[in-house]
Amino acid sequence: MKQIVIISGKGGTGKTVITGAFAALAENKVMADCDVDAADLHLLLKPDIKERNEFRSGKTAVIDAEKCVKCGKCVKLCRFNAIAENFVVDPVSCEGCAFCSFACPAGAIRMEENISGEWFISETRFGPMVHARLGIAEENSGKLVSLVRQQAKELAEKNNSDWVIVDGAPGIGCPVIASISGVDCAIVVTEPTLSGLHDADRVIKAAKYFGVTVKLIVNKYDLNTDMTGKIEEYCKSGGIGLVGKIPFDESVVKAMVKGKTIIEHSENSPAGKEIAAAWNFMRKKLEEKI
Amino acid sequence: MIISVASGKGGTGKTTVAVNLALSINDNVQFLDCDAEEPNAHIFLKPEIKKTAKVFIPVPKIDEAKCAYCGRCREVCVYNAIAVIPPSAGRKGKTLFFPNLCHGCGSCSYFCPEGAIKEVNREIGEIETGYAGSIEFAHGRLNIGEAMAPPVIREIKKHIKTECTVIIDAPPGTSCPVVETLKRSDYCVLVTEPTPFGLNDLMLAVEVLRKLKIPFGVVINRADLGDEKTDLYCDKENIPILMRIPFKKEIAMAYSKGEPIVMAFPEYKKEFIKLYEDIAGQVQ
Ligand code: SF4
Ligand code: SF4
Repeated sequence: MKQIVIISGKGGTGKTVITGAFAALAENKVMADCDVDAADLHLLLKPDIKERNEFRSGKTAVIDAEKCVKCGKCVKLCRFNAIAENFVVDPVSCEGCAFCSFACPAGAIRMEENISGEWFISETRFGPMVHARLGIAEENSGKLVSLVRQQAKELAEKNNSDWVIVDGAPGIGCPVIASISGVDCAIVVTEPTLSGLHDADRVIKAAKYFGVTVKLIVNKYDLNTDMTGKIEEYCKSGGIGLVGKIPFDESVVKAMVKGKTIIEHSENSPAGKEIAAAWNFMRKKLEEKI
Repeated sequence: MIISVASGKGGTGKTTVAVNLALSINDNVQFLDCDAEEPNAHIFLKPEIKKTAKVFIPVPKIDEAKCAYCGRCREVCVYNAIAVIPPSAGRKGKTLFFPNLCHGCGSCSYFCPEGAIKEVNREIGEIETGYAGSIEFAHGRLNIGEAMAPPVIREIKKHIKTECTVIIDAPPGTSCPVVETLKRSDYCVLVTEPTPFGLNDLMLAVEVLRKLKIPFGVVINRADLGDEKTDLYCDKENIPILMRIPFKKEIAMAYSKGEPIVMAFPEYKKEFIKLYEDIAGQVQ
């Protein structure tokens, strides 16, 4: 079983469109949406939720006003400025470190567990999918991503699947680290813009830092062929395989509006063909390694 | 006035709107790029960086000569950043510290009964400040491999000058970094695209803003690609649509080269001025 993650440094480069297309193309697979902050893959795959689980993580301090002797120790010790002068905790600022609860001489502070999200196992027209939803303004997305990855992997092992296809998290911080660790290959989707190259470079460095093989796809490459050329050079000099150049194609937006993958909507559109070619190339490469 | 520009997700044109808004307002503008994971605004504003400052978080340094392996530090660290292996049958004990897990809360050093822990600085990123023309500029950058952006964001926000019009480019998403960025904003501009993905992300962003009780409005980018569901949603939820930016290949080209719209097409300037005036009117 091989795990592939599609990442992008930044959102909006077409990462989910490509993940959706790969989901339609790959056989015998499990999908995982690790973009738990702003998941989109469900819009294309329309999962039918079979199993719903709470995600508990992190704690928030709560001060019992009756026990509190107003000594001010917690206010002074909290480095996240989460406790106001009136001894009320701001749950958004609280990092859950529990320092205050250990230090409170009156034993007035308890730590309450947060229900910070939900995760699901679903069935889609392409096979099973594991996905999640982080509660609004909750932290610990890295942990939720790890959980989704773990569940997807277990499911794939149980089903004897050949592939786990992961829609990765954006950025280079904790969620993306959790979405790329231990995968067989990370595919970075970028657009031919100055910022696109800049973001790709940062996420590629992060992936390399964690020892993951990286390949690159340029989306909407024809919007700036000069920049695409620069990205090609960047790949060559960095030894990064460029596995696809996808043209700007309005049928991608049309497919999205219909809630379909580009493969189902118009496999023979310029973008559809190119994505299919990229998948076949990737598939062979990864199968050779077995 | 502090105006943040956010979006449920990256790639919707958030930086474009933030940059062009800043360039269109005449004086006393400060621009802060709080997307510490992928700062991009400098590509468009091309600021001259005058100062670079490292961002540190305090982490424990354990003096093994003083440590009694009592395990108190491990007990108080809820992030499992410390492991204590007590000595046994002739083997020396050991305390292990995992810097990537440490939030720098200070609990362990405070509670160590042997005074064996002192705090040292660990670098997690840097802040650069300077000027882009008359615009005061600051952004931060999280070091590769680091997980925690909020300390970097807090550091950028320390530069806020309330006497200026402050434009903040927020990170994408709906979790800790965004919340850290948006706190204390007077207004938030949400940038979206009229597609099902865009709408989904917009709805999440709206939830964040309602939770934080910050007034907001929407800018629809690539307004002519996609469907009318975003308009219907805003209408139903009473969310003002502040501006529409059409999809134009020339705009996409200018963007890809790092050219702000109002530089490439000055006729857009009055629209961004109007956007600013609308916001100012709503904050009043
Ligand atoms: S609390 Fe202090 S003495 Fe106890 S194990 Fe930790 S460092 Fe050692
Ligand atoms: S400072 Fe806080 S998070 Fe860091 S090791 Fe000590 S107790 Fe753990």
